[in-house]
Amino acid sequence: MELTHKSGRQETAAHDLPPAIELRGISKAFGPVQANKDINFSVAKGTIHGIIGENGAGKSTLMSILYGFYKADAGEVLINGQTTLIPDSQAAISAGIGMVFQHFKLVENFTVLENVILGAEDGAMLRPSLAKARKELTRLAKEYELNVNPDTLVEELSVGHKQRVEILKALYRHADILILDEPTGVLTPAEADHLFRIFDGLKKQGKTIILITHKLREIMDITDTVSVMRRGEMTATVKTSETSPEHLAELMVGRKVLLEVSKTPARPGASVLEVENLRVVDEDKVERLKGVSLQLRAGEILGIAGVAGNGQSELLEVLAGMQTATGSVRLNGQELDLTGAKSDARTRRKKGIAHVPEDRHDEGLILEFSAWENIAFGYEDDPAYNKGMLMDNAALRAETHAKMERFDVRPPHPRLEAKNFSGGNQQKIVLAREIERNPDLLLIGQPTRGVDIGAIEFIHQRIVELRDQGKAILLVSVELDEIMSLSDRIAVMFDGQIMGERRPEETDEKELGLLMAGINRKAN
Amino acid sequence: MDFLTLIQILDSTVRLATPLLLACLAGLYSERAGVVDIGLEGKMLVAAFLAGAVSYVTGSVWLGMLAAIAGSTALSMIHGLASITFRGDQLISGVALNFLAAGLTVVVGQAWFGLGGRTPSLSNGGRFEPITLPFADAVADVPVLGPIYEELISGHTLLVYVAFALVPLTWWVLYRTRFGLRLRAVGENPSAVDTAGISVVRLRFTALVIAGVLCGLAGAYLATLAAGFVKDMTAGRGYIALAALIFAKWRPWYALSATLLFGLLEAIGNRYQSIEIGAFEIPVQFMQALPYILTVVILAGFVGKAIPPRAGGSPYVKER
Repeated sequence: MELTHKSGRQETAAHDLPPAIELRGISKAFGPVQANKDINFSVAKGTIHGIIGENGAGKSTLMSILYGFYKADAGEVLINGQTTLIPDSQAAISAGIGMVFQHFKLVENFTVLENVILGAEDGAMLRPSLAKARKELTRLAKEYELNVNPDTLVEELSVGHKQRVEILKALYRHADILILDEPTGVLTPAEADHLFRIFDGLKKQGKTIILITHKLREIMDITDTVSVMRRGEMTATVKTSETSPEHLAELMVGRKVLLEVSKTPARPGASVLEVENLRVVDEDKVERLKGVSLQLRAGEILGIAGVAGNGQSELLEVLAGMQTATGSVRLNGQELDLTGAKSDARTRRKKGIAHVPEDRHDEGLILEFSAWENIAFGYEDDPAYNKGMLMDNAALRAETHAKMERFDVRPPHPRLEAKNFSGGNQQKIVLAREIERNPDLLLIGQPTRGVDIGAIEFIHQRIVELRDQGKAILLVSVELDEIMSLSDRIAVMFDGQIMGERRPEETDEKELGLLMAGINRKAN
Repeated sequence: MDFLTLIQILDSTVRLATPLLLACLAGLYSERAGVVDIGLEGKMLVAAFLAGAVSYVTGSVWLGMLAAIAGSTALSMIHGLASITFRGDQLISGVALNFLAAGLTVVVGQAWFGLGGRTPSLSNGGRFEPITLPFADAVADVPVLGPIYEELISGHTLLVYVAFALVPLTWWVLYRTRFGLRLRAVGENPSAVDTAGISVVRLRFTALVIAGVLCGLAGAYLATLAAGFVKDMTAGRGYIALAALIFAKWRPWYALSATLLFGLLEAIGNRYQSIEIGAFEIPVQFMQALPYILTVVILAGFVGKAIPPRAGGSPYVKER
């Protein structure tokens, strides 16, 4: 609070302008849960302000209040020094607030142009609106490096381009304050860099940007000031130049956090997995894997890096028994069936392959089912869970409770539905199910996607522990940081092929980035 | 088959396709807005009953039609209340409406007229008169074109022309107006509409009002064509219209072709009671079952991939 005031006053003095946005005493409760508690902060015009906090810290609630989705129980919002009521999204738009949600609010089978004008049309007929928007988009594209073909259907765009459409939507509505919720979560490093360049351009034009994220590096790289939220409260607002990632992490979690994974050098043992010339052709006859070969030994972590959609998912699916393929896969020297009845996930599990899928919502859990039911999936025929023909639900619940305790799942209630846990805790449930089966090979995809910083630390530690027990781990992640810090070897995939293999201590993000783009300098 | 027979079959195709087309367009508006409307059948039935009853009592086909529209729209609003406001299951709400309509029309009809659920036959003032287009008689003798104009294009009742005019109109509304853009958007991704500051609820209710009006016209057409209401007179046309809607991939011009196809099959079934192919005779029941068989085939997904509006069937819940 003290800091808020100080920095606020300094900015005001410097620019002699009221802050672009100021919150005073905002509180919001959902039943007994106090999501926001007496939040005060202000953002100076033309600056980039970061808000960080773990999942459930109240960031999204706060932004939803700003965008008119929720009404605050108490407090007021000032825009450019004027008290402003924001009862609905329309009011937020009129007040010059634009929001780019984490999950894009785009109509997939509309063109870019149609998405941009939706809700901001200039009359009952579309033609004049479309013509105006086309001109305006050309201008904005030039001014802010926001190039998107206005006539492309949104569903044909890459994630990075979809995000640009969202930003264009906000700018088309004359937004002066742009709020972005976890904007880089789905972007490649190159796309993220481009986004930050866009931010620079916006900032130069006097736009104010509020960036919600849990990535400390982003905060350090591009923000001017940063606020930390924890358990519904804004615990600090500081100048970015006067803080450090370690300090911010501590403020977020409430204790010291290890940002680096601590691990000893790997001591690889016997070969566990040998993949040769693996090929996958999908339903549309597109070749997704074009002859992938790799080897993985006991007691090591092989990280697969790459931009999403370059075959990593297919590789995981083939190994997990969710996708048929041609080529050869040997587990502990034994050939696996890649097609036919014995190529299914159940057979793979029995042979000692555990799988933490990339998408825990679609493949890892059934969100409407309770935690104990989710713990049973794939292992429901385990004798420990069965009593004759019936399931031994009591035993299963007891077992789930014990697992939840061991994996620090909060709250440790087996009867709670999976959807009621935060992302990190959902992931821990999946991990608890898969890791404790003592697999020879663990396939793990995007282990920390949408997971908060405290849980990331925990999950990384468990993965390293498993390696040290002499298990083979195949890690697929689009987070280069994660790949760099966890892997003993890194293989980079591009266009269905392995572009190259590196040791983390012998490479850097730049080289890996080039490999991810399909450029291999060493080989050529 | 001679030329005149062909013209006559096509003529009856147009008549039989009209109620399907109206209902299909009603479903199009509703489903494009993300509200699955299996209650087309019930709405049409209630509309047909009200058209028959009110036209008979007042002697005015126009009042009958208004009553039909009012009744059908009222059912549409019940559907909206259950599935939009209270976020109930759209299928269940629609099916409930169909049951309600099937029972209520007969019970009220019996209590009102005592004819076992029928309404009394409509005299001339209670029916729509055929409209003879200009020069229809004059060109009747011109070879080929004459009969096409005189038999096929001219001589239908007002609602037939209205239904066919609604096809380009609907296309224009959907693709050329702000309302159409928002309607299509709310059926695909209501949260996009919501965050753009537009009310999802209001848009969906508007779509249901349009669907109610169109089903009202469809019902009124059926009742006045048959000169009165008969129990269960819609005979599954609401479901056939839904099948046609899927066949049409939720597009207006395709809806026209799809409903014309169904109309043609029905017309052929009516015209040829049995067809002999060599020694084999196709029974009349088979001919009359043709539209229904096609419905099953379409619903089983044999006609390519039809991608429904993505948000169809699910109530909109605002998320954080």
